[in-house]
Amino acid sequence: CERSCLPMHFIHIWQMSLFLRLTLESKLNSSFIFFMNDIITTMFNKKFLDELFKPQELYSKKALRTVFDRLAHASIMRLNQASMDKLYDLMTMAFKYQVLLCPRPKDILLVSFNHMDAIRDFVRDTPSILSQVDETYRQLIEMYTPLSGGEFQLIRQTLLIFFQDMHIRVSIFLKDKVQNSNGRFVLPTSGPVPFGTQIPGLIRMFSCSGDEVKRVQFRSAGNYSSALREGSFEMYGERVIKLGTNMYSVSRPVETHMSGASKNSAQHTKVSTAPNPLAKEELNLLARLMGGLEVRKPANPDSRFRVNLFATDEEEEEALISRPDELSYEVINIQATKDQQANAELARIMGEFTEQEEPSASPSSKGDDLLAMMDGLC
Amino acid sequence: MYHKEKSIQIKSSASALYNNLSVLRIAPRCLTYFTVVHANVVNMVSASWDGLNFSHRQLQSKEGNIAASSSLIMQASWCVLPSRELLVLTSQKGIQMYESDGSIMVYWHALDNPETPTAQAVFARGIAAVRENYICVGISSGSVLVFDIPSKGSNVMLSEVLEEHRDAVTDMASECSGSLEYMADLVTADDSGLLCVWKSGEDFQLLHKIPGFDVSCSSVKLWKGTVAAGYGTGQIRIYEAVTGIVHAEVNAHARWIYSLDIAPFSGLLLSGAEDSLVRVWHLTMNPDANSVEVEHLYSECITDTQICGAKFCDGDGYAFAVTGYDLSEIIRYTQA
Repeated sequence: CERSCLPMHFIHIWQMSLFLRLTLESKLNSSFIFFMNDIITTMFNKKFLDELFKPQELYSKKALRTVFDRLAHASIMRLNQASMDKLYDLMTMAFKYQVLLCPRPKDILLVSFNHMDAIRDFVRDTPSILSQVDETYRQLIEMYTPLSGGEFQLIRQTLLIFFQDMHIRVSIFLKDKVQNSNGRFVLPTSGPVPFGTQIPGLIRMFSCSGDEVKRVQFRSAGNYSSALREGSFEMYGERVIKLGTNMYSVSRPVETHMSGASKNSAQHTKVSTAPNPLAKEELNLLARLMGGLEVRKPANPDSRFRVNLFATDEEEEEALISRPDELSYEVINIQATKDQQANAELARIMGEFTEQEEPSASPSSKGDDLLAMMDGLC
Repeated sequence: MYHKEKSIQIKSSASALYNNLSVLRIAPRCLTYFTVVHANVVNMVSASWDGLNFSHRQLQSKEGNIAASSSLIMQASWCVLPSRELLVLTSQKGIQMYESDGSIMVYWHALDNPETPTAQAVFARGIAAVRENYICVGISSGSVLVFDIPSKGSNVMLSEVLEEHRDAVTDMASECSGSLEYMADLVTADDSGLLCVWKSGEDFQLLHKIPGFDVSCSSVKLWKGTVAAGYGTGQIRIYEAVTGIVHAEVNAHARWIYSLDIAPFSGLLLSGAEDSLVRVWHLTMNPDANSVEVEHLYSECITDTQICGAKFCDGDGYAFAVTGYDLSEIIRYTQA
């Protein structure tokens, strides 16, 4: 097993962050926020993390998808198969974007801290979980801050191999013009240069005694400015880099539609924890990401509803057909519900993710499941 | 100065690896071979000069007794020796050497793998043919393996292991001017930016160590006793090999440099980086003043592409080829 598997740490942290943000920013059902505590507790379970931080093989795509499915089922509304596929593709493309656009390879760690900062902000009032999150910071810092730029580049190159050939178009990326219609990301040739790099354009020539004898400027193509200050690699600090502060746009934070509020709401990089009472009536983040969502109000008063990330059944069918075979998984048919009975059921499922106070010998906890699964994947 | 030619399609896209393009010109057959690495596979394409005929071959990484492994290939490069040309692949598991058309594997060298998983990645990277009969390959530990290559057949021997680098080897290059007047035969580079300059022989001799500044040197060339080194900060530095004297510093790119190449007959220098730019420079030697002049000649932006390989297709630099991460084509330019 090689160190090349360390990249998976970053993917997992980013995955956790995705579910956190989707759940918080998705205003569909505020009770899901309650469940997020359980998710975060599980993800930051000491035993789970110890396993995660052990050197192990790079996950196959199938393995990563399995972990994603388990996290997804526990965190947000149950999605049908096509929607799960779409969400997974979205997540993967968002990660690819963040890795590709990191100015320096070492910035992958700063991006992860942005993700972690969002998670920590959410759990700041729950000391037991907070301490686990803090422990994760410590492990990340201990493991990664000694690495050189070249070692980070190797991690980045390994991640890029993992994401290679994925050109799935994401509607909000297309709209923000960070992705082209052919699915490839826009690489800017302007902006600040990475920390440690000089703006291109200068040639300096020296005599053999070391004195500068000539200085020539060449036309650089591209419109670069000086580097910003370096972000902090400590537990707390300004990260400077914006990638990872918002999952879906580097140019601007995703607007959250608040009825009556101005479009340029001040709520940007901080993730809001307040459930929006008008949630049911608003487009949620997921909807806008998917380019259209229909939450079908049920005809009958049982108020069971099925979340479908496609506007029509035809679209959903089409998506299933157009998806390459090798990416398809067995169909899961689960429905999300809002009523008391449903919440109880969800609570039961969520109960599988009970917090482990100390390392437990019981094999039945979900944490152990994940560990066992991870062991099996090596 | 250059205009774009028709691209060559390859069977799978290029991975983000340093120096991810190798070119071999076969004049007697009016062919040029290209190799591009994709994860655990090397895409080889042979292109006839009239642009009409292309043939493809894929080679896969090897592991122990398994012919087809999933272990990643870090680099593929042709090694041109007076007696023969070999295609060398370096991976996470070992070093594979093939006849130049990729048809037969001549030699396999397995890397020592630790029994238990370690924190240190293990791989081979950095390939150079040196003088008459050596092929040198770098290792992630910093070691440089020196192989003695017979003029034909598969009796390749590991002749020496050079232990000067403490960080993973990134790239290496041998003197490409064709002249014997220069003392330095080989320069090796690593992740700390350290450059080691060597004289080849039964025992390789370390001539000089040019210190790094904690920035990875990802690509290096040696021409007329002069080292051209590309760094992660986007800078190119030109040094005198045996003394380490800095001739020039170029703030060349806004992102990590992935590939350098020199056209030995004309002194053209080619650089490709993650900032989407390929640049052509000219090196002028002033032996009397012991200085080198660098002039920028040309830049080309490959839109929305992080370049991972850039090589001249001939010794004059009349044409060059470029690869980029996630691109399934080799982009070519020739002088207008």
